Amino acid sequence: MRKLLIFVGVLLAVHIALLLVHPSGAAEPPTGDAVDVGIVFDMGGRGDKSFNDGAYLGAERAEKELGARVRFIEPGEGSDREAGLRLLAAEGMDIVLGVGFIFTDDLTQLAKEYPNTDFAGVDFSVGQDKNGRIIQPPANLAALKFREEQGSFLVGALAALVGNSKKVGFVGGMNFPLIHKFEVGYIAGVKAVCPDCEVLSQYAGVTPEAFRNPGKGKELALSQYQQGVNVIFHASGSTGLGVFEAARQTGKLAIGVDADQFNEAPGYVLTSMVKGVDNAVYDAIKRVKEKRFKGGIYQYGLAEDGVGYVYDRNNEKLIPPAVRARLEALKREIIAGRIVVPSTK
Amino acid sequence: MSRRAAIEEAVLPPLVALLLAAVVGDLLILSFGQSPGAVFQLLLEGTWGNAYGFGQVLYKATTLVFTGLAVGLGLRAGLFNIGAESQLAAGGFCAALIGILLPAGIPALLCLPIYVLAAALGGGIVGAVPGVLKARFGAHEVIVTIMLNFIVLALLNYLTSAKIHVPDTLHTPELKSGALPRLGDAFAPFHGSAANSTILLAIVTAVALGWYLFRTRRGFELRAVGLQPHAAEYAGVNVAGVTWRALAVSGAIAGLGGLNYVLGYKHYYEEGFATGAGFLGIAVALVGRSHPVGIVLAALLFATLSQGGLAVNALVPKQMVDVLQAVVILAVSTSVPEVRRLLRGARRSNDS
Amino acid sequence: MTNAIQLEGIEKRFGPVQANRGAGLQVAHGEIHALVGENGAGKSTLMRILAGLHAPDAGSMLVNGRDVTGWATSEAIAAGVGMVHQHFMLVPTLTVAENVVLGSEITKGLVLDRGAAERAVRELGKRTGLVVPPDRLVSELSVGEAQRVEILKTLYRGAKILILDEPTAVLSPPEVRELWAVLRSLRAEGGTVVLITHKLDEVIDVSDAITVMRQGATVTRMASAGATPQSIARAMVGRDVALALDAEYAGSTISGASATAPLLDVRNLTVSGTRRGNIVDNVSFSIAPGEILGIAGVEGNGQTELIEALSGLREARGLISLAGRDLIGDTVRERGDAGLSHIPEDRHERGLVLDYSIAENLILGQQHKFTSGPTIDGARVLAHARDLIARYDIRPPDPARAARALSGGNQQKIVVAREMARDFKVLLASQPTRGVDVGAIEFIHARLREARDQGKAVLLVSADLAEVLALADRVAVMYGGRFVAVLPRAEASPDVLGPYMTGAEHAA
Repeated sequence: MRKLLIFVGVLLAVHIALLLVHPSGAAEPPTGDAVDVGIVFDMGGRGDKSFNDGAYLGAERAEKELGARVRFIEPGEGSDREAGLRLLAAEGMDIVLGVGFIFTDDLTQLAKEYPNTDFAGVDFSVGQDKNGRIIQPPANLAALKFREEQGSFLVGALAALVGNSKKVGFVGGMNFPLIHKFEVGYIAGVKAVCPDCEVLSQYAGVTPEAFRNPGKGKELALSQYQQGVNVIFHASGSTGLGVFEAARQTGKLAIGVDADQFNEAPGYVLTSMVKGVDNAVYDAIKRVKEKRFKGGIYQYGLAEDGVGYVYDRNNEKLIPPAVRARLEALKREIIAGRIVVPSTK
Repeated sequence: MSRRAAIEEAVLPPLVALLLAAVVGDLLILSFGQSPGAVFQLLLEGTWGNAYGFGQVLYKATTLVFTGLAVGLGLRAGLFNIGAESQLAAGGFCAALIGILLPAGIPALLCLPIYVLAAALGGGIVGAVPGVLKARFGAHEVIVTIMLNFIVLALLNYLTSAKIHVPDTLHTPELKSGALPRLGDAFAPFHGSAANSTILLAIVTAVALGWYLFRTRRGFELRAVGLQPHAAEYAGVNVAGVTWRALAVSGAIAGLGGLNYVLGYKHYYEEGFATGAGFLGIAVALVGRSHPVGIVLAALLFATLSQGGLAVNALVPKQMVDVLQAVVILAVSTSVPEVRRLLRGARRSNDS
Repeated sequence: MTNAIQLEGIEKRFGPVQANRGAGLQVAHGEIHALVGENGAGKSTLMRILAGLHAPDAGSMLVNGRDVTGWATSEAIAAGVGMVHQHFMLVPTLTVAENVVLGSEITKGLVLDRGAAERAVRELGKRTGLVVPPDRLVSELSVGEAQRVEILKTLYRGAKILILDEPTAVLSPPEVRELWAVLRSLRAEGGTVVLITHKLDEVIDVSDAITVMRQGATVTRMASAGATPQSIARAMVGRDVALALDAEYAGSTISGASATAPLLDVRNLTVSGTRRGNIVDNVSFSIAPGEILGIAGVEGNGQTELIEALSGLREARGLISLAGRDLIGDTVRERGDAGLSHIPEDRHERGLVLDYSIAENLILGQQHKFTSGPTIDGARVLAHARDLIARYDIRPPDPARAARALSGGNQQKIVVAREMARDFKVLLASQPTRGVDVGAIEFIHARLREARDQGKAVLLVSADLAEVLALADRVAVMYGGRFVAVLPRAEASPDVLGPYMTGAEHAA
């Protein structure tokens, strides 16, 4: 018994001694008037090589260029999303960001409770009231939305132009409106340059699992390639890894999404439809820094460089100059408003 | 055994485990170049240091009390229920489903029994399946509950995402009536925290389970089955019956945990609303020695670590807290029997 | 000349338990030495220390004059000290010869030289009288043959000092006699044998000298010539004991009661086995009020299954009638309520929940009778416990103490107290004194006779033939799942029963 009590005492002493250790370089309490930024990622979002990492990149850039101080929170379970936002808001952050459409309700709620804090939601989903009118977010909440349909339109046109087939493919992740935007824009792009082309369009499933199912992605892609498709555009998270695998196996082409996915299958990635999440996040922080932040809906399209397609040394051989010129022309038409890309089915 | 010795035996081993975990935590924090003092201070301030943080701890502890009690009941009957994760989800889902079907405007007190029944039934059915399979065919409950986790969660995700979700979200429509008040409604300082009146249900469940296990004949028989099934059989206990009923009730208790989110917090079912709470319930039951009082304390501990992890996320990665949790689990489940043996030896030699 | 074994002042503690306190042992070369003592007296611990399985905390060990204090098993084997354990450590899927040479195989290149191994085993068997066909699978052997293989294995490794831990517990009388012959022939070859046992008659029978242990210490060393069971028992317990064999044979005076209707009537009871036929095969018998029917037999001949079938723990066909009520199909609880009481053979597995308190264990099986509403009435349970603890002298007299913390004898007293205290007509007593010290045996035997004298029917199963003969009014011998003989006590003796127990003889 005494032995055990001594053990408890020793542990306690060690613990207290360690508590007093203060290594150099440990975080100091914030001082000065730098912008304090809080970001809550989606569950398990960090490292997704997509919009969570994009948000991280944008924040990192703000740290370097704007001197912002950034805090991240990675939730462990669903209820942590609100808790994370709330913790950051309560700490007096200047701007609090939630990454992913799933933050929509929590952000709206908190923006009302903390009217003096700025909020921003990446992929924030804007609701409609009964009469179909858009419900504006609160004045201190910026909805950072992307015109994925515009980017998808351009890669659709590209797929039809270099595909050398009357059939082009699309593999979606979860079958729901956010991904329909990609599909619809893509189909419009295909039809714009090849009215009699056919788009084979398939989804991996109806649950969020559909974004994490490479096996299914490969299966869908292989069957499309077999039916004469030469280019497939995927908007399906890590399910797309299966699409790239199928492209490599059959020697055909695939188009990446969100970020430049060239490295997933070098030589078989025609291009990627990129989303400028980093830019949007950086912009929002910059507006806070310059004291001109305003709530509302921000649409990042081709005009704002919010979406686009990759054209660089890696894939320039796959895209002939004439095709490149045609795409740039289409892009100008969209920016000018002469082509209106649909976003819903 | 003197009273003092009994208390020492109950308190010292977990204390050693916690201190051990704290020291490991210190070293980890130092390895990230941060000051352990600052991190632990932040952790405490973000949890027990203010009403909101405390409310969050209570909210998280509430779910963990349910899953911990569920696993603990199983352990008392000698059964390892790994399925609390899916039973919790099924309970929450059934409650949400009933909430959509109920007409609006029914007083909460009238709805409550219906919700409790729905959640218990949802979790209970998921728990009864391995129970019956074990009682009838001897299928091992660990394997069956693990498999059921996959099946049930996939099914619920499908139903939610494909059939009854609100567009552009991953959750069901809100309950039409009967949502429970949050703690913040009655006590202003709790404002914003998810803590809600489900906590009362958790306390009632813990007390009821304690009464059942240690006061009733059925509890006497259930514990006998858990300790020595052959002796229980000899004592006229229907072991197969106890087995499947224990797993069904275990599932039902886990299912009740779903009310914390569905009825008390968001008022809808959302995919992954309490991811990991079912598995953490295993740790809670082990650390709490399958005793309701221990489970409540262990639930508060793990809830503190979980909420505190968010609070210190700025200084150290969230994984630090996960490691801390793992150390607590390891320290308690391995060191405690050792420590207890040590204690017994020490006391016997003092006596003689 | 130095002694073969000279242990002095051996101390050994296992956590709270002081297993040996200043124990000593002197064994001369070429001696068969018996080590006796109650359960928990520290005999096995002392021998395990000698065999190198434990290191002593204090004391000295000399083997053949060499100081070997705290040696390892491998050193003990190398020095010719081998131990045959109570529980056999054989691989059932290997042959006798393979088991014997396991660990010290004769090889031809890389493969086992099976022929050489079998020759070696045959030769060793011829020399010592341990005859077992070397090519048989161990799984096909009888218990006695398996034990012979264990001894062969030890001798094969060159053991000159052989330690046998309770070797006769599992043997029938003829097998015991064969074992004695083997030990004597080993002695003739210059071998030394230490025999742990608590059967006093056989001690005197075979040994040259006896060492008695009590509570971890050596009490006395005596020559076997001139020792009596009484003198040994007195040394073991520290007081006079009424020994089972000497007990007044009271049964015959009451057995006239069989004229009245039997309390337990069993007809054509059959328990199906998993593979080879029926485990209990068409057994019929009846027990009158005031009668003890003893079942003798080597363990594993269906006694366990018979008792389980009667108590409702195992499915069976046939007819079980308790005072006219048919019990087939009834649950364990229903049978208990109908008046069936049961002392199970294994108190650690069945008879007790070791982590439950004494009080809780005293209501095990009757928990439904100590309730008020759904709850267990703690006050009544406690009163019940205090009463039985006092009447049965259960120690320590603390109702809240876990059964695990009690000695074997006191644990068994809990079981006996509980089963005797309930309202019963028929008592199934299975190995009621196994692993229990002499004092408790005496007490339990008295309780069984008391039940008989009160007009209950008692079915006694014991692997200890002496116990059966001491208590039973009639003796049945079970072999291969059948009753091969049922004799009045007056006609039963070890010599008569022996051939039945080994299956050598079948009653018509």
